[in-house]
Amino acid sequence: MYEELGSEDFVPITVALDRCADDPRPFVEAAKATHPSLIDTEHRLAELYHLTNVPTILWIDEAGRIVRPHDAQFGTDTFTAFHHKKSGPYLEMIRDWVRTGAGALADEETRRLQPEISEASQQSRAERALAWFLQQRGDEDAAARHFERAGELAPLDWTIRRGSMPIQGKNPFGPEFFELAGEGQPEYAMEAVTPTRDSD
Amino acid sequence: MTQPFTLIDDGQAKALQATVEGDRVRLPEAEVHRALGWQLKPEGLCQGDTCIPVRDPSSLSNEAGLDLEALSKLLGRPLAVDGESRAAALAASATDRTQSLESLEAPDFTLPDLAGVAHTLSDYRGKKVLLIAYASW
Repeated sequence: MYEELGSEDFVPITVALDRCADDPRPFVEAAKATHPSLIDTEHRLAELYHLTNVPTILWIDEAGRIVRPHDAQFGTDTFTAFHHKKSGPYLEMIRDWVRTGAGALADEETRRLQPEISEASQQSRAERALAWFLQQRGDEDAAARHFERAGELAPLDWTIRRGSMPIQGKNPFGPEFFELAGEGQPEYAMEAVTPTRDSD
Repeated sequence: MTQPFTLIDDGQAKALQATVEGDRVRLPEAEVHRALGWQLKPEGLCQGDTCIPVRDPSSLSNEAGLDLEALSKLLGRPLAVDGESRAAALAASATDRTQSLESLEAPDFTLPDLAGVAHTLSDYRGKKVLLIAYASW
C-alpha cells in the first residue's frame, strides 16, 4: 500500500515493541518494507502515547498533529476470526485520508477519544522500566518481581503483561496468554468509532 | 557511605552515588542537582525559575542528602525502587502525560531501525504519518 500511495506526502512508520531487533526481523524482511521499520526495546512509544496493546495505528498530519488517536486496527485479515475486524475498510479509510484528508478528526473529538491516563498506570510504567533494566543487567529474580508489580498496577496493559512474556521465557501465544485474555482485553476508545467490525 | 546506584529518569538510565538502606534511598544534594537538575534552596526545591515549596524540609533532607521517595512525591512523579539491586525508576506523572497528549502534538521520539540507523518522528513533518505499533507477541 505504501508503494501504491506514493511516498511524497505519506509515510508509514512501524515500531516493534520487542525485546530485540531479531524478534520482529522476520516480519519486516518478509514484508520487504521500504518505509521506516523501527525497534523500541524500552517501550518508549508505549510511554509517550499511552499504549496498552498492539497493534495500534495513529494518524499524524503534515504539521505533526494527532488527527486520529490510537486505534486497534489491522492491515490484514490473518486474525479476523479472533478480533472480528476487517482490514479492507480500514485500508480504504487510509487511502481516503492520504488522498483527501478525510477521516482526520476535529481537535475536540480527537481529545475525547484519547486514552485516560491514571496514576496507577504511570506507576506501572515506572515498575516496568525498572524491571526491564534489571532484566538486561541479569537480575532476573528482581526483574520478575517488578514485572509482576507492574502487571498488578495495570492489569489491562498488555504491553506489560503480554509484552513481558517473551522477556521472561513464557510463550505469548500459549496458556499464560489465554489465561490473560480470559480477564478481558484492553480496548481503545477509537475502536468503537471506526466501522470495521464484522457486524458493521 | 554512598555506593553506585542507577536512576532511570523517564527512560534514561543515570549513574549516581546514593546511600541505600532497604528500599530507602538518599541522594546527596549535588547528585540530585547534577542528575535531575533540581536544587534545594530556602524557597524550596528549584529548577531554573520554578520552585516547589517544601513544607517539611527535615523529612526531605538530612546530612546524607535527599530522600528519593520524598523527592518523587514533591515532583509528583511515580517511583519504583529496588534497594537491593541498587536501582530505581522515575516515570512521568499522569498529569504530564495527559497534558502532552491533550496538546495533540504527536510526542517526538528517536528510535533505531533494524540496521541501527536512528529515525526521529519530527523529521517526517510535511508528510502524513501512519504510526503503527506492533510486536512479535
